[in-house]
Amino acid sequence: MLRFAIKRLLGAVPTLLVLIALAFFLIKVAPGGPFDTDRQLPPEIEANLKAAYHLDEPLYSQFSLYLSGLLKGDFGPSFQYRDHTVTELIAAGFPVSLRLGGLAMLLAFCVGVTVGTIAALKQNAFTDHAVMAAAMTGVSIPNFVMAPLLVLLFAVTLKWLPAGGLGDWRNLVLPVITLALPQIAYIARLTRGSMIEVLRADFIRTARAQGLPQRTVIVRHALKPALLPVISYLGPATAAIITGSVVIEQIFGVPGLGRFFVQGALNRDYTLVMGVVVFYGVLIIVFNLIVDLVYARLDPRVRYR
Amino acid sequence: MLLGGCGAPESGSAMRNMPVGGASGTELAAEQILNKNNGAEPQTLDPHRAEGVPASNILRDLFEGLVSEAPDGGLIPGAAESWQISEDRTVYTFTLRADGRWSNGDSVTGADFEYGIKRSVDPATLSQYSSILFPIVNAEQIVKGELPPDHLGVTALDDLTLEIRLIAPTPYFLGLLTHSTTYAVHSPSVEKFGNRFARAGNLVGNGAYVLDEWVVQSHIRLLQNENYWGDEKTVIDEVNYFPIENQDAMLKRYRADELDFTQDLPFKQIVWIRENLADQLYINPYLGSYYYSLNLTLPPFAGALKLRRALALAIDREVLTEKITGSGEIPAYSWVPPVAGYTQQVPEWAGWRQDRRDAEAQRLYKESGYSKDNPLTLQFLYNTSENHKRIAIAIASMWKYLLGVETKLLNQEWKVFLDTRKQKVMPGVARNGWIGDYNDAYTFAQLLASDNEQNDSGFANEEYDALLNAAAVEPNMQKRAALMEAAERLMLEEQPIIPIYFYVNKHLIKPWVGGFKPNIMDHHYTKNFYILKH
Repeated sequence: MLRFAIKRLLGAVPTLLVLIALAFFLIKVAPGGPFDTDRQLPPEIEANLKAAYHLDEPLYSQFSLYLSGLLKGDFGPSFQYRDHTVTELIAAGFPVSLRLGGLAMLLAFCVGVTVGTIAALKQNAFTDHAVMAAAMTGVSIPNFVMAPLLVLLFAVTLKWLPAGGLGDWRNLVLPVITLALPQIAYIARLTRGSMIEVLRADFIRTARAQGLPQRTVIVRHALKPALLPVISYLGPATAAIITGSVVIEQIFGVPGLGRFFVQGALNRDYTLVMGVVVFYGVLIIVFNLIVDLVYARLDPRVRYR
Repeated sequence: MLLGGCGAPESGSAMRNMPVGGASGTELAAEQILNKNNGAEPQTLDPHRAEGVPASNILRDLFEGLVSEAPDGGLIPGAAESWQISEDRTVYTFTLRADGRWSNGDSVTGADFEYGIKRSVDPATLSQYSSILFPIVNAEQIVKGELPPDHLGVTALDDLTLEIRLIAPTPYFLGLLTHSTTYAVHSPSVEKFGNRFARAGNLVGNGAYVLDEWVVQSHIRLLQNENYWGDEKTVIDEVNYFPIENQDAMLKRYRADELDFTQDLPFKQIVWIRENLADQLYINPYLGSYYYSLNLTLPPFAGALKLRRALALAIDREVLTEKITGSGEIPAYSWVPPVAGYTQQVPEWAGWRQDRRDAEAQRLYKESGYSKDNPLTLQFLYNTSENHKRIAIAIASMWKYLLGVETKLLNQEWKVFLDTRKQKVMPGVARNGWIGDYNDAYTFAQLLASDNEQNDSGFANEEYDALLNAAAVEPNMQKRAALMEAAERLMLEEQPIIPIYFYVNKHLIKPWVGGFKPNIMDHHYTKNFYILKH
């Protein structure tokens, strides 16, 4: 297993290099630069700024400069937030996104799997239809609609919870729920679908024929294989959600990674965008590996060497 | 919209039993914390590298220039308690306050200001705003790397005396000294921390507040500076600046009492705000012009004065500011907003009724060789934003309805837009706007000089340049204003731009926040505010 993990991680290095190169050259292709504002600079000042950030050098030498920095673990200075380095910004933003996204994913997994299983057991009954209708609604309401509605109700009208900002657990409730809702809906649908399939499988029929109680059949035998598609979804979805959601962060005023990525792109903050892309790329690779390893535990047919 | 439909009870004093300010109406709250929304995240709090409104708002609390501003915007002594101006108005001698202290207790000296202003123009500092200091002797040469910084015309004569020499009389110079590029910095901490000296824990300032905490994209917290010379009069203990750019989120957090003061308003909710929060809404003139640049370097506008005039006449600005922008913007027929010591230059047709303007527009349009059968096809560039789009659509439909002009609206993301507009490669109309750097007509007039980087129309008129150059060195203030007024009249005759409206500044302020006074620069110092009991 360890050998497999190491092999996979080494195999990811070329992927990461391609990702870095693509992102690097793509963002340089975008018109405009970090120092363009509605107040145009005298040419001497602009040239001076560009020289200080090596933007006057040819692209390939900028790229090799960036790569050699990366190898030393240095993401470079931010072009936009000039008192901060990209490493500092990511180090500050990631824990916030991780906490929000992690809690949301945990909530989504617990609620989604439970609800999906219940729906599968009551297939085509009223409960099933009600749960699936709610799930469809959850999937289709975008979070930029859900978030302001929740804020309006719980923060502005009822004044139970804060409308935004960082603080104690109360500040987490609304953003976590908003983030989790579409995930709950999606996971419930995935679980229901695969659970229905598993319940029809021969080994479940065998288990039932042996006279095992319903509870044991579901929890001990059906749940594990039914969760496989959910697990493969969870990997990339978790990587995406813990690197932040720009919509949620803007509406709730939360300083996560998502805003850095979007603002970075808009500001042509080359180093910040690159930093978040590389960070995100590494996370995706790691989470996909975790998914593969969990698969091996859950599915007896899968063995890694 | 979402907010309007919900008849929720309003926050604020109406819902509370106790009147704001207690029984007397002036009783202060026990907790003096001010929460302000501040637009975008500031790039830096280094006063010499900072630019933009959000950073300036915070820097005014953290530092104090030689000159400061009263709540109404009038200039008052700041770190300097007095100054003398030589007869030819080119040498300024400042006497600093003897009790001026840095936040670590060190004295604020003339040498600190000499160090600060020299650092500001030093190319190594990477200031983007240093060109604003060009009136100072040798500043331009230093910024451009032709002379070393110690040649700057700024000298500390002794601990409390500072001399600044200018290349020409510059009436707005005192106002310029409220700008962060002229602030002193605490040299030991700059030398110790380098580019990180403006971080919380490192920053030493001479303003009424000190930087306590800075969480990027979350908040910047300032606490009262006990070493500030005027600390006894400061009431607010703590001020939090929140970088909330999403205006809907901003309004909700204001309604949830998490913000006491907002920097802007969601324009889509302006009707709802007028109905429900009218007593907390403050709209006042702002030093800014919203206008369109016509590309004079390419057809159809190159050499087509009548066409340019026709399009300017055909816009009904009253309807536009009333129905489309709707938050008190002032219709503009000229270029320079109402600033001190300057008479606005309104063209004759500004006094006409719109139907007369329309008739004249149709006549000029026809004389330019266009008609409803042979319409002008026009490209109209703006940066992606709901606000700009609405205005562009309204104006395009006025042109279409009155003249038959076929307008192709084209929006571009901000940085792409800036690039396109600057290159002047796209023919037609481009959205534009300018907020003055200082309260003087020159900050607007210089934009249309033929060599200005900001001259997006490509307007090049020797007479205009000559008038402006004469104004720049004219010691007599009235003559100087007359020169700039003549330049604006000349420019308006040529119509390289179409003025649309003058900006207003818009704030929502809770009833328990005292000390706010509107001013055209929209500069507000937290030390002048207080929180009433509520």
